[in-house]
Amino acid sequence: MSLDSLLQRTDVWRGGVAAPPTGLASGFAVLDARLSGGWPRGAVSELLFARAGIGELALLMPALARLSREGRWLVLVAPPYVPYAPALTCAGVDLARAIVVEPRAPRDALWVAEQALRAGACGAVLLWREEVEPRALRRLQLAAETGGGLAVLFRSLRHAGESSPAALRLRLRGIAGRGRRLEVAVLKRRGGWPTGPITVEVDHVSG
Amino acid sequence: MSLDETRGRLWVGLYLPDFALEVFARASRAAEPLAICEGNGRAQQIVCANAAARRLGVLPGLSASAALALGSALRIRRRDLPAERAALETLAAWAGQFSPLVHVVAPQALVIEVGGSLRLFGGLEALLAALELGLAELGYRARFGVAPTPLAATWLARAGVDEPVTDPTRLAGALAELPLTVLELAPGEREGFEAMGVRRVGEVLRLPRDGVARRWGAALLAQLDRALGRLPDPRAAFVPAASFESQLLLPGTVENVEGMVFALQRLVAELCGALRSRVAGVANLELLLLHPGTEATRVELGLVAPSRDARHLLELFREQLARVTLPAPVEALRLRAPKLAGLAAASLDLFGSRQADAETAGVLIERLRARLGRRAVRGLKSVAEHRPERAYAWSEPGEGGTAVDSAERPFWLLPKPLPLEMRDGQPWFGGTLELEDNVERIESGWWDGTDIARDYFVARNGQGERYWVYRDLPQARQWWLHGVFG
Repeated sequence: MSLDSLLQRTDVWRGGVAAPPTGLASGFAVLDARLSGGWPRGAVSELLFARAGIGELALLMPALARLSREGRWLVLVAPPYVPYAPALTCAGVDLARAIVVEPRAPRDALWVAEQALRAGACGAVLLWREEVEPRALRRLQLAAETGGGLAVLFRSLRHAGESSPAALRLRLRGIAGRGRRLEVAVLKRRGGWPTGPITVEVDHVSG
Repeated sequence: MSLDETRGRLWVGLYLPDFALEVFARASRAAEPLAICEGNGRAQQIVCANAAARRLGVLPGLSASAALALGSALRIRRRDLPAERAALETLAAWAGQFSPLVHVVAPQALVIEVGGSLRLFGGLEALLAALELGLAELGYRARFGVAPTPLAATWLARAGVDEPVTDPTRLAGALAELPLTVLELAPGEREGFEAMGVRRVGEVLRLPRDGVARRWGAALLAQLDRALGRLPDPRAAFVPAASFESQLLLPGTVENVEGMVFALQRLVAELCGALRSRVAGVANLELLLLHPGTEATRVELGLVAPSRDARHLLELFREQLARVTLPAPVEALRLRAPKLAGLAAASLDLFGSRQADAETAGVLIERLRARLGRRAVRGLKSVAEHRPERAYAWSEPGEGGTAVDSAERPFWLLPKPLPLEMRDGQPWFGGTLELEDNVERIESGWWDGTDIARDYFVARNGQGERYWVYRDLPQARQWWLHGVFG
């Protein structure tokens, strides 16, 4: 067997060759460049921001739309408002793959997210919750590793200073003025360094 | 001798020696002394006793009053023939997963044709092992007999001959060894044989046929000929019902949920066997907790997609039961499935496909609903409607719907518009709201009395937060917040 044919084989691992990026493309090239390919699969990403309305969902929408069209389920746990169906449909989300869970007892939200993450059918589990202890966050991280989906935790900016086992932590800020842009700073990234803020144009995400 | 009747066929007889006892005992894990009696008044006699009762000295034939004197822990139940009959039919429906041809042999046996299923189960030994394991899950112990005719299989099982007879030419030899008690004899007939010194089937077979026919009637010869495959043995095949219902009496009354779970496991195992038989699943289940003297407590289960996964069903029931308050002790459980939904086997048993994704999502949805309630877990759909508050609807997960083309819409909607505060003549929300130029006028719904006439704007504040706001026409003063551009 020649060396060439050996190198052609996909089951032969070669040291020194960078592993291909495993992230799920976000749909924003500037963001993917910072995240080694996109949103980390099978891991928790924390999005920290002051208040809703800055395009925090728009940032995720291309990835969510693609997951749903691939037949993967999206689970929204304890969202702050009604996820507006016409906007989601326009953004390309297949709503036949969306589940909204609103537990009456707030602490059940973590249980729901964990169950959903463990179920391999879920492409992404989005959770809105302020109080998440590091231990609970680690459980979510393990559940995400089991199911392989995206776990996204939306929280207030005031948690930015806390330590967190999440694989990725992003700080989001709205940008005043016309156009749909937001500022994204990487506070923490597994296998990478924090990086200064970048501006992401979410204009092309139709809502 | 014609063996046409036996060609290619192989029967397994299942004889349940302790059936009268197991109908009660299988509801509980505990092996407290239990005996079954028959007869009336002083003539009540023990017919069956479990190991714990036998250790006390309670043996079949003992009078019930004498048995009670042997131990205060002993419970005696009257034999319940209707319950046995119902249990045997449930068992027949369960056994359908091993063969499409099942016969009920009352009061305590089944016989199933397995010639066509041997390959599917990986041979006779594997099939018998699967049967034994499945029966143990239901709380039954059976003796098996294997023969080329149903009657011979039943006889071998009843006599406890577990050596399978698969070769039709060896059948007569195997039956010859059986005691005469396996035959259905009229009263007095057995004594007649015993008087002649005839105790085994083989000895009857050696007697001259015409003599046997003259003395004991043609029916006896016909019985033997059917067992040997010389005569056809037409039987009505068991036809399982299109619904499922099974009831289990609990040993004594039970006052907590944990005490019922074991019995429930038995019922769910029966259900899932019956579902496998019919290549079906269930979407709706009802569990009745029967109380003495008061109305039953009803626990209902609604599934997103039909299932026959025993563990999953049991888990859902446990979640539901954990939230049930019992008004009274429970004496029996009844599991009912009004409709068994036909399903392609593939959709239940395949993994890794998109279909399987939907299946596991269904399992997830049910697990969430079992704990949080049905309304806490919903799907979302777009509705082709211009009024913003009607352009979406909650739905069963998996629907989707269609949207109308429209201008930009926010990802978040406030279910009830929020009146906005005014500061210096401008709407205010986390800062002064600046309106973008494009106004969208929505006037709709005049036909159903909930019409709206509004001008919608996209508005933003100094934090870069964008909102969907409107005011009623014509040019009302009040501004309303209706959506958030998340």
